[in-house]
Amino acid sequence: MRVWKYGDDINTDMLFPGKYTYTCSTPEEIKPHLLEDLDPDFSKQVQPGDIIFAGKNFGCGSSREQPAVGLKHAGIRAVVAKSFSRIFYRAALNQGLLLIESPESVEAYREGDRIEIREKEGKIIVGDKEFNFPSLPDSIMGIMEAGGLLEYTRRRLGKS
Amino acid sequence: MGKTFIEKMLAKKSGKESVKVGEIVTVKPDHLLTHDNTAAIISKIEPELKKYGVVDPEFPVIVLDHVIPAASEKHASGHQKIRSFIKEHDIKNFFDVGEGICHQVVYEKGLALPGMLVVGSDSHTCSYGAVGAMSTGIDRTEAASLLLIGEMWLKVAPSIKVTVKGKLQSGVSAKDVILKLIGNIGADGATYCAVEFHGEIDNFSIDERFTIANMGIEMGAKIAVFPVDVYTREFLDSIGINSDSYEEVWADEDAEYMEELTIDLDKITPVIAKPHTVDNIVGISETEGLPMDQGLIGTCTNGRVSDFREAAEILKGKKVAENFRLLLLPASRSIYRELVKEGLMAILVESGGVVLPPGCGPCLGAHQGVLAPGEKCLSTANRNFKGRMGCKDAEIYLGSAQTVAASALHGKITDPRKEIQ
Repeated sequence: MRVWKYGDDINTDMLFPGKYTYTCSTPEEIKPHLLEDLDPDFSKQVQPGDIIFAGKNFGCGSSREQPAVGLKHAGIRAVVAKSFSRIFYRAALNQGLLLIESPESVEAYREGDRIEIREKEGKIIVGDKEFNFPSLPDSIMGIMEAGGLLEYTRRRLGKS
Repeated sequence: MGKTFIEKMLAKKSGKESVKVGEIVTVKPDHLLTHDNTAAIISKIEPELKKYGVVDPEFPVIVLDHVIPAASEKHASGHQKIRSFIKEHDIKNFFDVGEGICHQVVYEKGLALPGMLVVGSDSHTCSYGAVGAMSTGIDRTEAASLLLIGEMWLKVAPSIKVTVKGKLQSGVSAKDVILKLIGNIGADGATYCAVEFHGEIDNFSIDERFTIANMGIEMGAKIAVFPVDVYTREFLDSIGINSDSYEEVWADEDAEYMEELTIDLDKITPVIAKPHTVDNIVGISETEGLPMDQGLIGTCTNGRVSDFREAAEILKGKKVAENFRLLLLPASRSIYRELVKEGLMAILVESGGVVLPPGCGPCLGAHQGVLAPGEKCLSTANRNFKGRMGCKDAEIYLGSAQTVAASALHGKITDPRKEIQ
């Protein structure tokens, strides 16, 4: 497991350049361009289970969902940030990608720290410190549990 | 205790008597806006569309604007797929290549009205707060789900009250006001919040309110909204919308706000957003004289007739500097037509401007006016992120239409007040 550490205001153009917005839509097409202009190593080296730590306002900018789709597909376990932009937050939830808003964790993290996430308990362990984060409201948890919004909607349509 | 705009809107749309900040409600938006990304959205739900269809053919508003006319076979195939979908599902609100930028089209066609809730798979959907609508951006997956069920959850956001007072000086525009505000509170200064504009808002035309609301997302806002007043009603009347067809919703005097700010318009001066974040704001004097390779006047932020009128006043009878490219991007066909009718297009073209078709063009770097490494562009668009105009090694500066016009004459950043008689 590797931790990728980034700063504040990581916008959607850094996460996935706008010029590919209408030519890359599937997870396979998206992955090679993930974080292309910010960190060219990311897409080559990212492994399932990796975690991203970032500063405030992660995912600001465009509503394009490729960053969330791509990070989920790359197997990112969670993005831990001081705060998230609203549209990215929703986009990630709709892909079933775990976001943890925990400024304390980001401040506490030092290179090499062991990270453990217990999302059901709303706990994250960074090195030898433990932090709580608010779990999702029940009405929204269903989307995460279904693995994303489309599956959730499909189940709902199937029932009606 | 009084209610804010968003509290009233979400109570109304969720069928509840009242809602409070933090509450999650289920709503049925009045319209769903999608654009070229419709192709990717419908690809996610093909079997479901076949089985269940679109929830209501009046519900989607689809505008082809992002890469128009198609820049490649792949883009063209996306457009083709969307046109087939429109036919198959008998979608009522479809606007093909050339009609304009989606947000301008929604606003001109009266598809976002006071008291309406409109969501769109584009972050600048927040623009319709200019006419008292509640509107916000969503992702493609949410849009796909909405096409099928027409319903989504929304959280009641806390609100920020921005009170404006005074009057703008000559050479200063609404773009400077919103850039200054974003610079003051930061690119995340209004994250998750509903921003309401109060006070002497009659100093802003509807076009200017659009510019301001459009950039709400650049400070992280969920919505940015103005009250309905005589100008809003006049505008709606001018596009054939009768006042019986909308409901004016506005905050109570004693509503509760998370934060209250005041903007003194008299004190605003021209500003520039330097690379690579929109909140990197400086007074124009700090960047004056910086050479630019390209200028862009237009986009959904500043591509209306009033913007080009201001630019034409500065460019009339003069020439754009050598080694400088001035791109002009009217936000819609009707604006384009008006520019021709008023003779503004002739002034702008004779000065050396290059006119692009009404669409998103170079703003997102997919085509038309892409920058080369090391180049600098001064733009009226809403974002200056690294790589935004197609090249990560180029720099984008943001300013008003007047600032871009004045700078075009000299090929370097120029205070527009020096070019206005």
